[in-house]
Amino acid sequence: MNQMLNANPLKARRLLDQYPGEIRQILSKYPAGHTRSAVMPLLFLAQRELGYITQQDIEEIADLLEISTTDVSSVAGFYTLFHLQQEGQPTPRYRIQVCTDLPCALNGADHFLEELCAALGIKVGETTPDGLFTIEEVKCLAACHRAPMFQLQGDGSITYHEHQTVQTAQVLIEELRQSVQESKATPGVKGGSNA
Amino acid sequence: MPELILLRHRDIPNLNQLPVYRANGGFEAFHKAVTTLKPVEVINEVRLSGLRGRGGAGFPAGVKWNFLPNDLWPHYVVANADESEPGTFKDREILESNPFQFLEGLMLASYAVQANLSYVYLRGEFWQIAAQIDRCIADLEEAGLLGEKLFGTEYSLRLHTHLGAGAYICGEETALLESIEGNLGQPRLRPPFPAIYGLFGKPTVINNVETLTNVVPIIQRGGNWYRAIGPEKSPGVKIFSLSGCINRPGNYELPLGTTFRELIFTHGEGIPEGRKIKAIMAAGASSTIIVADDRALDTPMDYESVQQQLGAPLGSASVIILDDSVNMAWLVNKTVHFFMHESCGKCTPCREGTYWMSQLARRISDDGKVEAEDLDLLAKVARQMQGKCLCALGDFSTMAVLSAIQQFRPDFDRSLSGPGALENPDHGTGSAPSTSDA
Repeated sequence: MNQMLNANPLKARRLLDQYPGEIRQILSKYPAGHTRSAVMPLLFLAQRELGYITQQDIEEIADLLEISTTDVSSVAGFYTLFHLQQEGQPTPRYRIQVCTDLPCALNGADHFLEELCAALGIKVGETTPDGLFTIEEVKCLAACHRAPMFQLQGDGSITYHEHQTVQTAQVLIEELRQSVQESKATPGVKGGSNA
Repeated sequence: MPELILLRHRDIPNLNQLPVYRANGGFEAFHKAVTTLKPVEVINEVRLSGLRGRGGAGFPAGVKWNFLPNDLWPHYVVANADESEPGTFKDREILESNPFQFLEGLMLASYAVQANLSYVYLRGEFWQIAAQIDRCIADLEEAGLLGEKLFGTEYSLRLHTHLGAGAYICGEETALLESIEGNLGQPRLRPPFPAIYGLFGKPTVINNVETLTNVVPIIQRGGNWYRAIGPEKSPGVKIFSLSGCINRPGNYELPLGTTFRELIFTHGEGIPEGRKIKAIMAAGASSTIIVADDRALDTPMDYESVQQQLGAPLGSASVIILDDSVNMAWLVNKTVHFFMHESCGKCTPCREGTYWMSQLARRISDDGKVEAEDLDLLAKVARQMQGKCLCALGDFSTMAVLSAIQQFRPDFDRSLSGPGALENPDHGTGSAPSTSDA
């Protein structure tokens, strides 16, 4: 493993420089010879800061795990919580992912989604003009008894927001906008849109 | 109120803290097993209990554990916490509020099959729950309940979490194993079964969170105590996730064999706004739709009764209630779209079948420009898929389609009557509750 962590210095090593301890810890979860298992945890690590995965990250993960970039890209493309940086694709800081599956829809989720979009002035899949929020429609999140609900993906985390109304969602959105503004105003603190 | 066995946190505050869990008998079963019971004795106790898998298939847990060969090592246990079936939210409550009982169950299963390394596979959306489970595991290591040579014996055990990243199919056990191995979450061809060729090609047991959580009281109080609860062939308690058109949605821990009527009208307090119950989906989006007549409402909810009396599987007991405002053409469009989105794409009948069913269902439900043949074509595509897919997802996608067309044909004819037939986008019908109970 140590050999692996001393990867070729000429190659991309943002992740290795930024998260050496965590990468070591991730690799230690799997038996010797099965480091490929670390591909999903490493993809999560790669998109923690920006909310998306770059081609350089793909190359670094491929190097670390000694698999092809095609293998890494295919895993990143298969799972819906990974977001590859692609031309024409939004790279918002936050993704508001509304469940509109059957049990939620029976309790007003489709209406909620429609009204939330109208309130933000965007359509499903679009990003607010400040580059901060994209609204997405997602499949069941195991919160059927607390509809309407959405999960918020961003800042390296996922949080659930249940029993929502357009008003409660807007309060959250404004709070997040505010905190981004504040962190922008404070030099040295991570923040700002990454659009 | 009968004593809660799984949702004990509702009676005991802060049960997700290790000291509280231990003060309430936590890890006595694991200690007893590792220090006084042979692995086969743990398996026998679980077999005696009659505990059946709570993830949907209902396979006897002890029998599953017994399948692992003793000449192939190492063994692995994987807890399936990929809860993703629309209408299911029971494992989430256990993981959030009673995580140590689940982990103790996983540890007992690991001891029973002599696994020294086990995994918890959580859906990626359970991000915060996974962080809590990681903290629980760290607490257990610190307390000497996980690690090397436990309680001075030769037995060692480590646990790790592995996060999925948004794929319903990873709840299918072989797709789940592929996902842990760092591959696309696509099911394997079987045989060989995971009991022989599982995680990293080694013998593996995969159990649902709720199944494992049941193991602790079984080892504590004995298999005979457990099997005295509920019906003979489906013993024990079950968490029923109740959702849809219901006054009190939520999780209800009840003995298997409780009737639909009791769940819906006593615990769930009936249907909102004075509407009438129209149909029940007992196994989430994968359900064969049940017409909610008196016969259905009085059917006991256990694996045999629901299947034999109503021709529908109980599955993971994610009970979605549909009232008389719900149009079945709208509903089928919802369920089929789910399966199209979640089909992994590996086998052709499912990949193509769910796509074409979704195209047809949307046209029937939404567009209004519908040909009557579309409905027959939809049913035909569904029938052509059945029995031809690599895993159960393909078949699941056809259940609501065929049972809805067969039992609620007038709903589709209403859809066929042209634009404007479906005025209420939430339930797929106009505001007047004019749909017949069919």
